[in-house]
Amino acid sequence: MASKPYARPLSPHLGIWRWGPHMLVSILHRATGVANSVGLGLLVWWLAAIAGGEDSYATFVDVFTVSGGGLNVIGYVVGIGLTLTVFQHMASGVRHLVLDIGAGYELRKGKMTAMATMVFSPLATIAFWAWLLVGKH
Amino acid sequence: MGNGTSIGRVRGLGSGKHGTHHWWHQRLTAGSNLLLLLWFLFSIAMLPSYDGASLTKWLSSGWAALPMALLIATLFYHARLGLQVVIEDYQQDETRVVLLVVLNLLTALGAGLAIFSILRIAFTGTPA
Repeated sequence: MASKPYARPLSPHLGIWRWGPHMLVSILHRATGVANSVGLGLLVWWLAAIAGGEDSYATFVDVFTVSGGGLNVIGYVVGIGLTLTVFQHMASGVRHLVLDIGAGYELRKGKMTAMATMVFSPLATIAFWAWLLVGKH
Repeated sequence: MGNGTSIGRVRGLGSGKHGTHHWWHQRLTAGSNLLLLLWFLFSIAMLPSYDGASLTKWLSSGWAALPMALLIATLFYHARLGLQVVIEDYQQDETRVVLLVVLNLLTALGAGLAIFSILRIAFTGTPA
C-alpha cells in the first residue's frame, strides 16, 4: 500500500557529536592514503629519471634543490610532507590491522592508540630527516 | 556440514563470489607495503649519496632492484584498492565508472613505467 510521504523523525546522533582522536585518525587515514597515492607519481618520476641517465636525473633534482645542492622550499615541503603522510598512514594502518582482529575497541584503548599514531608520525618524520640532514654527515 | 542438498553444502561458507577479495587483498598488501617500505626507508637513509651515479649503482644490484620492483607492485595494488573505495564513496553513476576505469589505467601506467625503469637500471647500469 502506497502511503503519503511525511517528515520522518531523524536520529539525533548525526547532529550531536564532537571531534575525537578516533575520528581524526580515521579521516587522516583516508586523506594520507590519497596523498601517498599522489606521492606514487613522484616515486615513478624519480625512478624514470634515474633510468633516463644523468641529464634526466638532473632535471628531477633541479626541481627540488638549490644550485648549492641543498633542498629548496619545494624539496622540503614535498619531502617532509610525504614522509609525514607515509608514517601517519603506516601507523594508522597498523592500528587498523589490530582492529581487524577484533582488539582495541575499548573506548580508552581506542583513544590511546589513535593518539599514539599521531604522536608516532611526527616523531618518526623528525627522526628520519634529522638523520638525513644532520646525523649521517 | 551436510552432504545432502546443495544449499546445505554451501551454507556458512561465505560468499561464493568475490565477497572478501577486495578487503583481504587490501590487508595482504598492507603487510607487504609495511615490510618493503621499511626496507626502502632504511636503504634510502643508508645510501652514501643521492647523485644519479650512486642511485644507478644501488639499483643495479638485484638486492635493491628486486625489492624495489616488488615495492612498486604492492604499493600500486594497495593504492588502487584504496582509491577504488574513495571513488565509490563519493561518486555515482557514469562518473564513478569513468573514474574507476581511469584509476585502472593510471595504476597500470604508473606501475609499468616504474618497473620498466627499475629493470632498465638493473640490466644496463654498472654492475655492483
